[in-house]
Amino acid sequence: MSAMYEEHAARVRSATETRAPLRIRGGGSKDFYGGPLTGDILDMRSVAGIVAYDPTELVVTARCGTSLVELEAVLAERNQVLAFEPPHFGDATTLGGCVAAGLSGPARASAGSLRDFVLGVKLLNGLGEVLNFGGQVMKNVAGYDVSRLLAGSLGTLGVLLEVSLKVLPRPVTGLTLRLEAPQEKALELMNRWAGAPLPITATCWCDDLLTLRLAGARAAIAAARQQLGGELVEATEAASFWRDLRDQRRDTFAGDVSLWRLSLPSVTPPLDLPGKQLIEWGGSLRWFKSNADASSFREAAVRAGGHATLFRANPEQKLSVGVFQPLPSGLLALHRRLKQRFDPPGIFNPGRMYRDF
Amino acid sequence: MNQPISPETTTIAAIAALRAVLPRQGLLLAEEEVRPYECDGLTAYRQLPLLVALPETEEQVVAVLKLCHQLKLPVVARGAGTGLSGGATPVQHGVVLSLAKFMRILEIDPVARTARVQPGVRNIAISEAAARYALYYAPDPSSQIACTIGGNVAENSGGVHCLKYGLTVHNVLRVRVALIDGEVLEIGGGALDSAGYDLLALMIGSEGMLGVVTEVTVKLTPKPILAQVIMASFDDVEKAGNSVAAIVAAGIIPAGLEMMDKAATAAVEDFVHAGYDLSAAAILLAESDGTREEVAEEIAAMRAVLESSGATEIRISRDEAERLKFWAGRKAAFPAVGRITPDYMCMDGTIPRKHIARMLTCINELCAEFGLRCANVFHAGDGNLHPLIMFDANVAGETERATAFGARILELSVEMGGTITGEHGVGIEKVQQMCVQFSAPELSAFRDVKAAFDAQALLNPGKVVPTPRRCSEYRLTGTPREHP
Repeated sequence: MSAMYEEHAARVRSATETRAPLRIRGGGSKDFYGGPLTGDILDMRSVAGIVAYDPTELVVTARCGTSLVELEAVLAERNQVLAFEPPHFGDATTLGGCVAAGLSGPARASAGSLRDFVLGVKLLNGLGEVLNFGGQVMKNVAGYDVSRLLAGSLGTLGVLLEVSLKVLPRPVTGLTLRLEAPQEKALELMNRWAGAPLPITATCWCDDLLTLRLAGARAAIAAARQQLGGELVEATEAASFWRDLRDQRRDTFAGDVSLWRLSLPSVTPPLDLPGKQLIEWGGSLRWFKSNADASSFREAAVRAGGHATLFRANPEQKLSVGVFQPLPSGLLALHRRLKQRFDPPGIFNPGRMYRDF
Repeated sequence: MNQPISPETTTIAAIAALRAVLPRQGLLLAEEEVRPYECDGLTAYRQLPLLVALPETEEQVVAVLKLCHQLKLPVVARGAGTGLSGGATPVQHGVVLSLAKFMRILEIDPVARTARVQPGVRNIAISEAAARYALYYAPDPSSQIACTIGGNVAENSGGVHCLKYGLTVHNVLRVRVALIDGEVLEIGGGALDSAGYDLLALMIGSEGMLGVVTEVTVKLTPKPILAQVIMASFDDVEKAGNSVAAIVAAGIIPAGLEMMDKAATAAVEDFVHAGYDLSAAAILLAESDGTREEVAEEIAAMRAVLESSGATEIRISRDEAERLKFWAGRKAAFPAVGRITPDYMCMDGTIPRKHIARMLTCINELCAEFGLRCANVFHAGDGNLHPLIMFDANVAGETERATAFGARILELSVEMGGTITGEHGVGIEKVQQMCVQFSAPELSAFRDVKAAFDAQALLNPGKVVPTPRRCSEYRLTGTPREHP
């Protein structure tokens, strides 16, 4: 085992022996996200650095404590990007936290999600053993896809040490358009355009304004602009608009009111729910800033065939209604069995995803 | 329940109970009826099952599984049987659960761009049904005219366009799965993510070891307005390999990027007359798709890269007919090689692209060492290799030599930082090589995953994850893996 992992492995072994919960933490930028924080902090920031990056392979492998800002800067030098546009929530964000949370940014609907880009992981299990799943190649079906299972598992199955991600070239050119459209019209347009071969890479609807980002080959952008209409948003303003949206720094997300994240089929009609709303991902992601009853969001999400997350709220509310959509009994039982198999003493981030595991 | 049950009692009980739950022609028992199920696309392994069940509804699938669970009978789910790794090879005294009757496309939603289909629907049938909406299902394995979406989910199938459009895992939104105890779960949904663990990713590519898929919702992709392919010849495989990296380095993600060596083009040209350059050491097919403007820009950029990489001849498809002709050879590569040799074994290792040329050199050396021919067809863009090792099973010792040859290629793939299987699955074929790629604790984690779904290991037993004993035996004779 690499000496860099020895200290963490020893901590984990001792936690397993004493059944003392560990709170796995990178930069702490997502301390607000998920269930209550319990256990002794296992600080991952010392497990940092890029292990391998060969731009022509379209793969980067980095340790989990690596700063996301730094990683993206290294990719940018070679004109490449993490195409799923992970949110930062501050400069302290680490790669490990980003993968454990499994969140993707504005490009999700067109480029794919974080888990789509995970190629492999190195994991520290409860016995202090280092396990490798997946790898550094584009296609790999040897064994179960444990690496993608770990993406978004909120550190409840083990300690991520390294991750290999597929990277992509930065699009040649891009521009942002904005048009006025009430919600229903915007949803219709977003779904119709997503069904056509158009280079739309992100959408955002709020306050009856639909903002579209196009990226790709120069000629394709010019042609699409003609077809879509709307006003051109100035490049600097556009860049900060999408960055602020990604990192939830827009006014819509500010203030003490709880933030609900509803992940739904894109064709779901406008929802009659209280609160300020912002729509992304071509209609698949709907944010509500609202202090209304949790059950109204959870029920609306289930009716539409999706799920609702209490993304930002005070600890009391999170504790009382839970952060994530309650699972049907069969799925919950399966989650428990997986948790039990990966983490028998239950030391990894207990309660961070669901109350009882 | 804990008392040992004799095989005869089990058999009699199973047959009687299955008769009660399956439709009249849904239970095959006679040897001549079950014979067609003795193998899948990996014909070197054959095993007659105890019986074949052909349920027509999800309730019947559930009833079959519950019964097998109760009687501790192994179950092997099967789609079209086109798999190349023996994932559907029957188990002795076990049940083959064929999903062949699940052939209905249940719903196509052109606005949501999804198709809800039964698992026995053929891959290409989805794209055909979606064509009227100018949509299609992107993953296109070479067997797409025959293979089923259920099998694609089990194997996480790829195809020639997955560098740009992804594998099955990137194109499936939801599956309904029956577990071995008969419980039915909805995994994934109409949204782009779901609450809890990403069980969809875990199910896809699990080779029928975790559950039986009874329904699938796939994502449909807008059909590009235009597709065009460049066919480039190289007088040297290393130059061809390097041009692949050069295209990617230029910031281009082609819709398809395929490579064939001389042995492969020779076999193919004779079969489909695609107009391949037979003097070339290797040819490369590089496809661009999108709007007319995008394609024109990308084709020009790729052409420039290929020329500076030393391509000796470059042809660009002039129309759709010619594009399909260029691809026809690639898509027919396996049957074409099948025509020039009594038997062949198809490998599926994936390596970092930069090692493609080195791997080809190693394979040529291995040809000499084992005294066998090998044609090479690569999904070069993904680094996924399909060396086709030619042999004659009727010549004493050739099967063993071919198997050893294949094992060496897989070990080399792992050594070069790759994997033993990119898209065909481990199945029964590569279960030994799992011991090369994975350490004992890693294999133990796979067994843990399996146990969370199927504690008695009744679904597709003996596939994918080797027993610890099998690994220690293999390690004594094989090459142990160096752990970093």
